[in-house]
Amino acid sequence: MTTQMNDSRFDEAQLQEQFDATIEAKDRIEPRDWMPEAYRKTLIRQVAQHAHSEIIGMQPEGNWISRAPSLRRKAILLAKVQDEAGHGLYLYSATETLGATRNELTEKLVAGKQKYSSIFNYPTLSYTDVGTIGWLVDGAAICNQVPLCRTSFGPYGRAMIRICKEESFHQRQGYELLMTMMRGTDAQREMVQESVNRFWWPALMMFGPPDDNSPNTEQSMAWGIKTHTNDELRQKFVDMSVPQAEALGVTFPDENLTWNEERGHYDFSTPNWDEFWDVVKGNGPCNTQRIAHRKRAWDEGAWVREAALAFAENQTAEEAVK
Amino acid sequence: MTTEHTPARGDATANDPTVNVEHDEAGTNVEHDEHDNAYSGLLVNDAHWAFGTDFEDPLAGVDTTVPEGVDASDLGAYCLMLGDDALVFSQRISEWCSNAPDLEEDIALANIALDLLGQSRLLLARAAAADPALVPELPESSPVPDEDRLAFFRNDLAFRNVRLAEVPNGDFAEAVAKILIYSTWRLSIFERLTTSRDSVLAAIAAKGVKEMSYHRDFAGRWVVTLARGTEESRSRLVTALDGLWPLWSELFETHPVEAAVADAGIGIDPAEVADEASVILDQVFAAAGIDRPERGGLAGVGVHGQKGRDGLHTEALSKLLAEMQVVAREHPEGLW
Repeated sequence: MTTQMNDSRFDEAQLQEQFDATIEAKDRIEPRDWMPEAYRKTLIRQVAQHAHSEIIGMQPEGNWISRAPSLRRKAILLAKVQDEAGHGLYLYSATETLGATRNELTEKLVAGKQKYSSIFNYPTLSYTDVGTIGWLVDGAAICNQVPLCRTSFGPYGRAMIRICKEESFHQRQGYELLMTMMRGTDAQREMVQESVNRFWWPALMMFGPPDDNSPNTEQSMAWGIKTHTNDELRQKFVDMSVPQAEALGVTFPDENLTWNEERGHYDFSTPNWDEFWDVVKGNGPCNTQRIAHRKRAWDEGAWVREAALAFAENQTAEEAVK
Repeated sequence: MTTEHTPARGDATANDPTVNVEHDEAGTNVEHDEHDNAYSGLLVNDAHWAFGTDFEDPLAGVDTTVPEGVDASDLGAYCLMLGDDALVFSQRISEWCSNAPDLEEDIALANIALDLLGQSRLLLARAAAADPALVPELPESSPVPDEDRLAFFRNDLAFRNVRLAEVPNGDFAEAVAKILIYSTWRLSIFERLTTSRDSVLAAIAAKGVKEMSYHRDFAGRWVVTLARGTEESRSRLVTALDGLWPLWSELFETHPVEAAVADAGIGIDPAEVADEASVILDQVFAAAGIDRPERGGLAGVGVHGQKGRDGLHTEALSKLLAEMQVVAREHPEGLW
């Protein structure tokens, strides 16, 4: 006991050294390992934001469950939105290993103190958006998230492996819906193009601000929490998406989108970063609505969560009497 | 089917991720490599491409011949009744998605809605196969399959579900009380239906029994939890049960179609299961320490006091259908 206490006094530097060596070797940091407070805080923020995104992300697509135009598509959509709740669950579990509970993080979310992905502040105005979100939004999320399977914090990386597999499946389902609609009527083809036009730019903004305006990137990359810069991932996403759009028979709303032989990449216009910051700051079409919805569900469920706790306590008390 | 619309022109290499190798040099788990390919396959044709997304007739490959001595229109009408119950109740439960008290309940309620939706697809397909005259007509070029014609192109007067399935959602206590009532009733019917002379219906019931045993268990546990949780939860539960109770007796009234299919050995007269369902529910009430509500049955409407099975519903059903059917009806020739 005494030894340990003495150790902890003079070993901070040594612990930091071990931590740095683990990061350097691209090994995993596990919950019981020592970690710098700033690393813990950054991770909680990042994983919580990701968890919140999954839960808030249930709303835009959930908006069409009641109106899905076939029973098969209704089942697919309901199962997908349910998967997002599941992703939220794994991710909140990962934050719990860092000492932040689901309840406290949800309280922060509904109080507007923590963020979620801005993409969910855009409305879903047609059923087609279910397909477009699957293709472009889940596609962009996968580009962002696949590198996170190797992130330095073990529980987060392992959660991401499972999440990425399911997201990949969702992306295929979304793309398949659009493919099917393109084989349908003229009206359906118009719906697909209209929806793609609305989601293309918000999808590109999902990778975050340009590298020269992304203050946290450098530290996060050094810690192995983030493994690619925003602009690298954005470029990769554009390069992947163009042939997919051609195969689908739709265009992206960018007249500067052209193949650059020299760079070996597609050139594209600069996203409207004013709009991005405006949405981040709370002025997106649905910011208020999304938080209000989550807050209502959370508040209206309070009595149920209390009842479950009270019931469990009563059971324990009864068993103690026996 | 996927091959037909999977583009041949896609350049697979365009999708290959260029992430990742640097880590392997440092000796990190190589097994993770496959995960880096999660987004590589959109334009690739493989057998698991969006597995399960293609449309398949839910009864594909099943012999749907109507058994001898059975009136096909009775069998069709009966399957429609059971299918409409499951469809409408599923629609209501799915409204809970993103609205439940916690994530676990959100997931559980979505599961129940998905199970019921699956049951309804099989039952509607069985109804259409037994009696094609039930299926609404659409333009000749319409690719809309029978199950969707039945779900999306009938109006409320043609729906045969019991009214319990359609009443608007209340709070979480109302949800679990309603699921308990529905699944207790329906499980008793499905257990008997597994020996139906119609092998299709028997198979659908066998699948449903497994699913609804879980639904009843989930709802029963929550009813006990709420009853013995806090004062508020108990009071909400009692209020919810009281509000739903007028819809209980309708579940056990015998419609002429049900009498006919019961006689023919392919269906169940719901009156037969009234005692069993009552006993099971009373067991839950006893565990919860609450009394069975004392409320009379909800009256029917029209000259003969018709109810859900006759196609006369509450005001809630036509609104539920208006929302459910809006996109499908806008595109009668749409391909989804």
